[in-house]
Amino acid sequence: MSAGPLMEFKNVDVFYGQIHALKRVSLHIDEGETVSLIGANGAGKSTLLMSIFGQPRAASGQILYRGADISKKSAHYVASNGIAQSPEGRRVFPDMTVEENLLMGTIPIGMKHADEDKQRMFELFPRLQERRNQRAMTMSGGEQQMLAIARALMSRPKLLLLDEPSLGLAPIVVKQIFATLRELAKSGMTIFLVEQNANHALKLSDRAYVMVTGEIRMTGTGSELLGNEEVRNAYLGGH
Amino acid sequence: MDAIFWQQMVNGLTLGAVYGLIAIGYTMVYGIIGMINFAHGEVYMVSAYLAAIAIALLGFFGIHSFPLVILGTLIFTIVVTGVYGFAIERIAYKPLRNSTRLAPLISAIGMSLILQNYVQLSQGARQQGIPTLLEGSLRLHIGDDFVQLTYTKVFILVAAVLGMLALTFIIQKTRLGRMCRATQQDRKMAQILGINTDRVISYVFIIGAAMAGLAGVLITLNYGTFDFYAGFIIGIKAFTAAVLGGIGSLPGAMLGGLILGIAEAQFSGMVNTDYKDVFSFSLLVLILIFRPQGLLGRPQVTKV
Ligand SMILES: Nc1ncnc2c1ncn2[C@@H]1O[C@H](COP(=O)(O)OP(=O)(O)OP(=O)(O)O)[C@@H](O)[C@H]1O
Ligand SMILES: [Mg+2]
Repeated sequence: MSAGPLMEFKNVDVFYGQIHALKRVSLHIDEGETVSLIGANGAGKSTLLMSIFGQPRAASGQILYRGADISKKSAHYVASNGIAQSPEGRRVFPDMTVEENLLMGTIPIGMKHADEDKQRMFELFPRLQERRNQRAMTMSGGEQQMLAIARALMSRPKLLLLDEPSLGLAPIVVKQIFATLRELAKSGMTIFLVEQNANHALKLSDRAYVMVTGEIRMTGTGSELLGNEEVRNAYLGGH
Repeated sequence: MDAIFWQQMVNGLTLGAVYGLIAIGYTMVYGIIGMINFAHGEVYMVSAYLAAIAIALLGFFGIHSFPLVILGTLIFTIVVTGVYGFAIERIAYKPLRNSTRLAPLISAIGMSLILQNYVQLSQGARQQGIPTLLEGSLRLHIGDDFVQLTYTKVFILVAAVLGMLALTFIIQKTRLGRMCRATQQDRKMAQILGINTDRVISYVFIIGAAMAGLAGVLITLNYGTFDFYAGFIIGIKAFTAAVLGGIGSLPGAMLGGLILGIAEAQFSGMVNTDYKDVFSFSLLVLILIFRPQGLLGRPQVTKV
């Protein structure tokens, strides 16, 4: 394996028809790092995460994972190489039970750790254990969010992508999720986090990028950006 | 209730179980790629020929005991029909995956004509037949009358129910079944989780065709005759059953098949045999007007 970053975007452009959603985006995530991406609504954060799976595909530029360009690979190829995502909108399978949804996370690695990992998720999110046989569509929004995160973790990913994991969760659960992320990070997992909750995200992150209308505008360590006047005004409510 | 009613009940159940088996193919394919596979009736028709070929071959090799003949015929027919299902999807639908909704529909009609003509050319336009494999019947007396339950019908019912149970188990309890359901519910998310959805779609076609293959063996056992056009009427009947049960719903397809089979048999017994097809298609029109989502289906929601 090369000593370069685990994941790297090199001048990536993405279009939705006429809309230029990502403009020559370059960024990198080193192995073991927690990196967050913040930006206003419609900045292109979710597009960036999804483009890793080729949905939508990059029109130009490279998306390197462990040094190899994956920008033209199929989504299932990317997933089976150790990248998991808890996507925007949760996208749990509505007609499956909580347990079945968790099992869907094991596709890339098979069933060998399934029982053990399921128990781990139930410890992380006791609510999921209570609801294990309930169909996902009947779960509350926050419960679905927990399920989507747990499902992503079930594949024991090298790189975990989270799109607004705190969305719709009560403050106490948000705290708990960030504590969980901190533990995962400590255990060596690489995390790439999109968050509106910039305060929490920047405190957790080693580094962060700020995105404005499809462009990376700023980058720095979590604490640098927390202290930055512009960032405070735009994303931290000016406090 | 008189004997005719019960006799038609037995006939309807067997017929309905077979409609249900074929309806499964329509409903699963619709569930996973949102298209009606109009070539599915022809898959059933091809399987009837395959069954006859298998029976003839086994006979040629001197195998005549019913269990061996039926086992060999089932395996051969189901496997080869599955291959047909796989090939049809690859050739006619996969290349059109990202085109308009109308394109695969037209391709399906083309595929259906190709299969009919291919069978007509290679097997001849005459009606074909197989010998009766299973003789004898049970008689259940009701007053002075009786209901005749042939061993063939008993076999059909048992085999169809076993087929449906096996399929339900696969879909509900196995990894492949979960991958099918995930692909049906959110294809893009399924891909993001590492599922090769093209392969899952192939499996769905294979499973649907295999069920039609089972149905082909069973109907051929019962009626003994078929021709290259046999897939048309049965195909539309099974499609009606799938719509009746709620297209996209697996239990719906099985239930719709049974209801349609029984309704059709009772109509034949009480009113008129000649108009039973008209009756079934009228039923289809009525469902489409008054309950388009079918018995167990959900009202259409547009997917994002
Ligand atoms: N499928 C699509 N078709 C057309 N335009 C799209 C599509 N998806 C996103 N866009 C546009 O691309 C831009 C970036 O959207 P994206 O969802 O990536 O933003 P975001 O940063 O995740 O926003 P939010 O914080 O609200 O989730 C937006 O202007 C959006 O309208
Ligand atoms: Mg977003």
